[in-house]
Amino acid sequence: MIINGVTIDATFAEAFPMKGTRAIITAQNEKWAMIAAQAMTGFATSVIACGCEAGIERTLTPDETPDGRPGVAIMIFAMGGKGLAKQLETRAGQCVLTSPTSALFAGIDGGIRIPLGKNLRYFGDGFQTSKVISGKRYWRIPVMDGEFLAEATTGQVDTIGGGNFLVLAQSQPQALAACEAAIEEMRKIPNVIMPFPGGVVRSGSKVGSKYKTLGASTNDAFCPTLKGSTKKTDLSPDIESVMEIVIDGLTKEDIDKAMRVGIQAVCDLGSENGIMRISAGNYGGKLGPFHFHLQEIMA
Amino acid sequence: MSALTFTLKTRPDQRVDMSPLVCQALANLEPTDIAAIKLQCGKRKLRVDELFTISGFDVQHIVIKNSFAKLDYIGKDLDGGSIHVEGDVGAYCGMGLKKGVIKISGNTGIYAGCEMKKGQLEIDGNTGDFLGGALAGNKMGMKGGLILVKGNAGDRVGDHLRRGTILIEGSVGDYCGSRMIAGTIAVMGNTRKFLGHSMRRGTILLWNSPKLSASFNDCGSHTLAFLPMLFNSFKELNSPFADSQNAFNRVQRFAGDMAEIGRGEILVKI
Repeated sequence: MIINGVTIDATFAEAFPMKGTRAIITAQNEKWAMIAAQAMTGFATSVIACGCEAGIERTLTPDETPDGRPGVAIMIFAMGGKGLAKQLETRAGQCVLTSPTSALFAGIDGGIRIPLGKNLRYFGDGFQTSKVISGKRYWRIPVMDGEFLAEATTGQVDTIGGGNFLVLAQSQPQALAACEAAIEEMRKIPNVIMPFPGGVVRSGSKVGSKYKTLGASTNDAFCPTLKGSTKKTDLSPDIESVMEIVIDGLTKEDIDKAMRVGIQAVCDLGSENGIMRISAGNYGGKLGPFHFHLQEIMA
Repeated sequence: MSALTFTLKTRPDQRVDMSPLVCQALANLEPTDIAAIKLQCGKRKLRVDELFTISGFDVQHIVIKNSFAKLDYIGKDLDGGSIHVEGDVGAYCGMGLKKGVIKISGNTGIYAGCEMKKGQLEIDGNTGDFLGGALAGNKMGMKGGLILVKGNAGDRVGDHLRRGTILIEGSVGDYCGSRMIAGTIAVMGNTRKFLGHSMRRGTILLWNSPKLSASFNDCGSHTLAFLPMLFNSFKELNSPFADSQNAFNRVQRFAGDMAEIGRGEILVKI
């Protein structure tokens, strides 16, 4: 398959099941809601070492938030429910509770209920109070700038992590420009996040390593400087840079949609802008049961 | 299907226990069975059709017409469905309400909505003492749901209130929110003596400045984030509480009752 001179490889991205949730952070203005959201989703690019993958889904207008203030929806994904609850609680406690004027609400009504403000309330040292409004419990925790309002729980649902595609280009600036264009379009899709810095990862990994202590290592088949030295390179001589976009989403359909608009945005730049191929992180079935076939998605 | 309607034929001298006439108790009963239900009236037991003309079939929607202030226990332990009453009702209306809606077009007696657990009780007129309170000797009053009173309420509104919301468009008597454990009472009109007496937790929300006991301490003026959400939850009500012009988030906060644990609050609009 070739779109605008860009070859779409006959391969698939492998993804794996995760537990995920969404939280809504509001503040006096969008600036401070975004600051809290960025803090809460910081150091959360990969479960390999961060404990979770998190990102900003989108900004919310005042009429979309529970308290009528500007807000930001963030999503957090982890390999298990316990890990997710732990990450959610520590991040909410250290990054949102501490952020001026912030409030924290559930972003998913269904699913298994996991603590959001339920345990943070103890910061109130006995002065905390709860209010049940329309069947939902909220905690009012007295803090130095007034009150921190947090919904008691949010919903944990089964999700998918690790959807991805690779952008293979003639140069590093061209690969990055294509990924930026893709991310801009993908951020318009609901229910997905791209957890890596700016949504783009330049150090895609393969499963396993020559070192026994490492579970993942550099994806040498796609490293352009190793074209002549690795046993099996996936790169042709004209490809000088490869970048990857990783997607975590609530459902397979959400990730499908995000991949489609992302790949389309890359292909719109086309071969005339140095984009040669789209491929995917295919680990021969070792990584996960969800397969995103690039050509089917773009058909 | 038309609502099951009970139209009072004559007003008995004695009080009538209406608790058997709730939706869940009438389900699957034939009209003749409903007519034969015995209601306690003073020391006598009267058949329903001795007191009421019965029409309609939908037991999930009960209408009581020509009601007066001696019909007690209307909607007691109602567990789904609706009861609409045209006229006044007696004591214990909506007591122990579990689910569903009770609407009273007139006034109610004492203990309306006492110890109710969920659901909604709307009173167009005035109501007596112990609205949403606990029965004498019991330690917990209303545990959930919503009570809306369009008129005034008597003394001891929300006595021992455990959870839920009581909204009063008019004024209240003495000891409003006494011994509150938690929950919310909002009063648009005026309050009288001993507001929040011995309240432990919970919120009393006021539109007009109260005369407070010495055991309530001024915590200053504040903008509270939960108030817009609370008002937003009232927007479906047919009430001034639903009017966004009556909503506010800027309040003077008084903490108390300091003679108790002092975790309660009286919030006054500023």
